[in-house]
Amino acid sequence: MYDPREIRDKCAIAGIGLTDLSKDSGRSELMLACQAIDLALKDAGVSRNEVDGLLKWDMDNSYEWDIAKNCGFKNVKFFGQVGPGGGGACGTITHAVAAITAGMANCVVIWRALNGRSGVRYGKIAGDQRASFGAGSSILWADQGLQYKAPFGILSPPQQAAIRTRRYMHRYNATVNQFGAVAVACRKHAQTNPNAIMYGKPITLDDHANSRMIADPIRLLDCTLECDGGGAIVIVSAERARDLKQKPAYIMAVAQGMENSGEVMSDYPREMTAFPDCELVAQQLYHMAGVTPKDIDVAQLYDAFTLVVIGQLEAYGFCKPGEGAAFAENGNIELGGALPVNTSGGNLSEGYTHGMTHIIEGVRQVRGTSLAQVPNAELCLVTAGPVVPTSGMILRR
Amino acid sequence: MSEKPMVLPAPDRDSAEYWEGCKRRELLIKHCLGCGTFRYPPGPGCPECGSLECDWVKIRGEGVVFSFIIVPVPTHPAFEDKVPYNVVVISLTEAGGVHMVSNLIDCRNEDIYIGMPVEVVFQDVYEGVTLPLFRPVRK
Repeated sequence: MYDPREIRDKCAIAGIGLTDLSKDSGRSELMLACQAIDLALKDAGVSRNEVDGLLKWDMDNSYEWDIAKNCGFKNVKFFGQVGPGGGGACGTITHAVAAITAGMANCVVIWRALNGRSGVRYGKIAGDQRASFGAGSSILWADQGLQYKAPFGILSPPQQAAIRTRRYMHRYNATVNQFGAVAVACRKHAQTNPNAIMYGKPITLDDHANSRMIADPIRLLDCTLECDGGGAIVIVSAERARDLKQKPAYIMAVAQGMENSGEVMSDYPREMTAFPDCELVAQQLYHMAGVTPKDIDVAQLYDAFTLVVIGQLEAYGFCKPGEGAAFAENGNIELGGALPVNTSGGNLSEGYTHGMTHIIEGVRQVRGTSLAQVPNAELCLVTAGPVVPTSGMILRR
Repeated sequence: MSEKPMVLPAPDRDSAEYWEGCKRRELLIKHCLGCGTFRYPPGPGCPECGSLECDWVKIRGEGVVFSFIIVPVPTHPAFEDKVPYNVVVISLTEAGGVHMVSNLIDCRNEDIYIGMPVEVVFQDVYEGVTLPLFRPVRK
């Protein structure tokens, strides 16, 4: 009978690399990926001959074989992709840890690179399912799951998140300012990070409340940024990590979760104020690591929308259902508060790499090298995109 | 070609009967013969018990508004002349509360509220395409 606790601390993230984040990178996504991988290998002090595993987000446009070709990886024995989209961020790490602990790979590189602002903007169309244009006509024939939603005008992630936000506000009497507190916290942290898109642009609760409505009740400042950029990490065994350049960021726990409501962002099968996929991940993480939410010092919570930060505070056990909105208020999730969240700015203010920046900032926090360092941070929770089948991880210094 | 831009459903083998039902002004919901659970969208298997045995149940189309949004800015040309428009999630009373996405008509956006009783009404929007919409229940 397998015991998932056996993987605890067996692997570590030994290298991280992040390019500049911008509205127009001026280069291809493949180039961004190669640059990020280069940075991560140098950060770790690992040679490219050592790399024998390659994993990616399913939505990334670069294939593993093109990365191998352009990075000079000649002996890759474990490769693949994990989704869905941002939900797969820590899912890639789950697969890497499974490979390394099974002895099927020793050094796994994971990347995510996108021209998410100058190229295809996921916020403008339903990125989770495809639709096709009839040849020569202006009719969009929505297929698969989209056929039941798109004809009614619900097409983009912010519109989908707005349905859930309305429901949450109704059920728990949450206020606009409580959602604003999430946006303000992420923006505040971005002010310590010169690489953040919103560096130099602090906001107040009033700025959030006055920002334009994207889909009532979601405002502009409730939504993730879109940006160009690339990130990469190198994962090796704990022993190997101890021989390399940086302090190892030990992977105490990592897991995927898919509770079967089949709830991708565009499905609405049940109450909607809870995130059962996240709860399934949370259960596994705390069991694997042998810790409780009280032991977490800092958290990088995937923030496609302010609502999902609130939902994850509940799902990951930092407060009870319905209390997440109040938990976010009064600086509680800012540096110096009870649980600092998204210390490099998050998707809301640093840039949007579908969860890679959360992983990278999590590593910095447990190394002690974050620009918004939580003093003596020992455990950092990192989550992937919620409201889709998801994943998460606990890192330890 | 300067056809008016539209977004329409492309029926597949799992949904063909559902969309044909709409053309006949019938709201058909898939019903599991293994455990009795209703499901929407009408996928081939039951999320509750996994059974592939099912039938279609015709319902009157009564429900309540479970959530809604008002969209001020279109994200597709098809909706440029509709903004600000509403999108609703309806809980279908006769189908165990199963949810479906639609639009509310015969109603001002400002008057929509969670819990509003609604009923289905069918609209032919294109050749061979009928959409199920909802309107407030008339007293």
